[in-house]
Amino acid sequence: MLYSDKVMDHFNHPRNVGVIDDADGIGEVGNPVCGDIMKITLKIDDDKIEDIKFQTLGCGAAIATSSIVTEMARGMSLKDAVAITKKQVAEELDGLPPAKMHCSVLATDGLKVAVDDYLVKHGREPIAGEVKSADPNFDPHADEDDHDHDEA
Amino acid sequence: MDTPRRIYFDYAATTPVDQRVMDAMMPYFMEDYGNANSLYALGRDAYRALEDARERFAKGIGATHPSEITFTGCGTESDNAALLGITARKSPKGGHVIVSKFEHHAVLEPAHLLEKRGYEVTYLGPREDGIIHVEDMVVALRDDTVLVSIMHGNNEIGTIQPIKELAAAAHERGALFHTDGAQTLGKIPFDVAELGVDAASFSGHKIYGPKGVGALYLKRGTPFEPQILGGGQESKKRSGTQNVPGIVGFAKALELMLEDQAEESLRLAALREKLTNAVIERLENTEQSTTVDPAHRMPNIASLLIKGVEGEAMLLQLDNLGIAVSTGSACSSGSLEPSHVLLSIGCPPEIAHGSLRVSMGRFTTEADVDYFLEVLPPIVERLRSMSPVYDRMFGSSAR
Repeated sequence: MLYSDKVMDHFNHPRNVGVIDDADGIGEVGNPVCGDIMKITLKIDDDKIEDIKFQTLGCGAAIATSSIVTEMARGMSLKDAVAITKKQVAEELDGLPPAKMHCSVLATDGLKVAVDDYLVKHGREPIAGEVKSADPNFDPHADEDDHDHDEA
Repeated sequence: MDTPRRIYFDYAATTPVDQRVMDAMMPYFMEDYGNANSLYALGRDAYRALEDARERFAKGIGATHPSEITFTGCGTESDNAALLGITARKSPKGGHVIVSKFEHHAVLEPAHLLEKRGYEVTYLGPREDGIIHVEDMVVALRDDTVLVSIMHGNNEIGTIQPIKELAAAAHERGALFHTDGAQTLGKIPFDVAELGVDAASFSGHKIYGPKGVGALYLKRGTPFEPQILGGGQESKKRSGTQNVPGIVGFAKALELMLEDQAEESLRLAALREKLTNAVIERLENTEQSTTVDPAHRMPNIASLLIKGVEGEAMLLQLDNLGIAVSTGSACSSGSLEPSHVLLSIGCPPEIAHGSLRVSMGRFTTEADVDYFLEVLPPIVERLRSMSPVYDRMFGSSAR
């Protein structure tokens, strides 16, 4: 199993690590039993992601996918941000080993939960819908087909 | 920029070939390359080298007769052959088999196959101390128990099983006893007569020998159905042209291990204690994976649980600094679960994800340990500081 140079770069030098103290949206996904937990905090202005930070407990791929998704989402509209797919995340990192594809689900799910958190707090309809990795019984290793919902 | 240091701390995974082993093997690649089963001079030379190696290997493990040693392609093959070959001959229509829960997959997988073939298998758990207790095995033994297979030294947590007592108890109920000695051979005393086992498996590359050679000890009279069929080499127990250079190297490697076993095991145990104690002292929320006393640990394996970090992330960060270790986290293996060994001793999955195995050997120095102790704490602290749950899970005294 080999990581691309880009995965290693984001793992060794993760971008946007931390917590936004007065965050507008917060998303936390994953669970410790699986070994991966990710938290995203957002600063939102005019339905655009002005600032984004993450914290992740997890393997190299989990940290790298978290890092890249913060770069991808920064400046995006909420609508575009929740449309980021695990495939796009993996492609942005020049690929992920098959056994690590679920890590990109964690990253996109974290973002979705944070966006919906913001919307719901402001009395608006959530746009991302349910995410699997927020479920305490989420199995990140389950068959890949289970996650195809976010490629729609 | 400095050339990065290269520190190998994964001797339980494999070892470099010792130069003296290499020297012993070399003639059998290009000069004495004959097939040990050929009648002409070249073949006879190879045969003599092979049988000389068998004799020396047999002596090294306390076997009564060289014919009790069957050379194989690897430790896994030896384990497979022991489980499948003994059951097939002793009780071909089925029966009961006991293996421990924390065996190597080379034992667990053939045990699963035996289940498919109609045998009943008991997977015997260790206690929290990482030891298979004789009284627990006695409860599991049945009148129809054909074979018990329990490893000598555990490859992940380094605990040593009371093989002598376990084998004696198995024999009392008429069961045969196999042990996987891949981790302990040469590192701590391993004498088949003293331990009283019927079968034992070994691997060359764990003791500075080459990869691609293993051995299976089968006490005289132990029922065994060959698993690799062909030209009838190895007294019909394992067909296939013998790997003469590998076997010569394996025998040489074992002799070298035995030459300084007592001193080397003391030296490594001291390094293990230093490393373990210092990691626990310098990093909060760390502990050894078992609390068993040092006398029941392999001298060269330190097994640490570093809570609130994920093992693969630690491994990769250490690798950046030239240090090779291993971890039982799920992510490192690409498998579904964290290490079955850690789960078997009651370690919760969220803790097992942060396990770190540091295994030392012949070329490990105290300076290597000091370097490790210098670089590990900042790595762990940085990863913990990136975790969204560290403070929540382990208190805010962090960092």
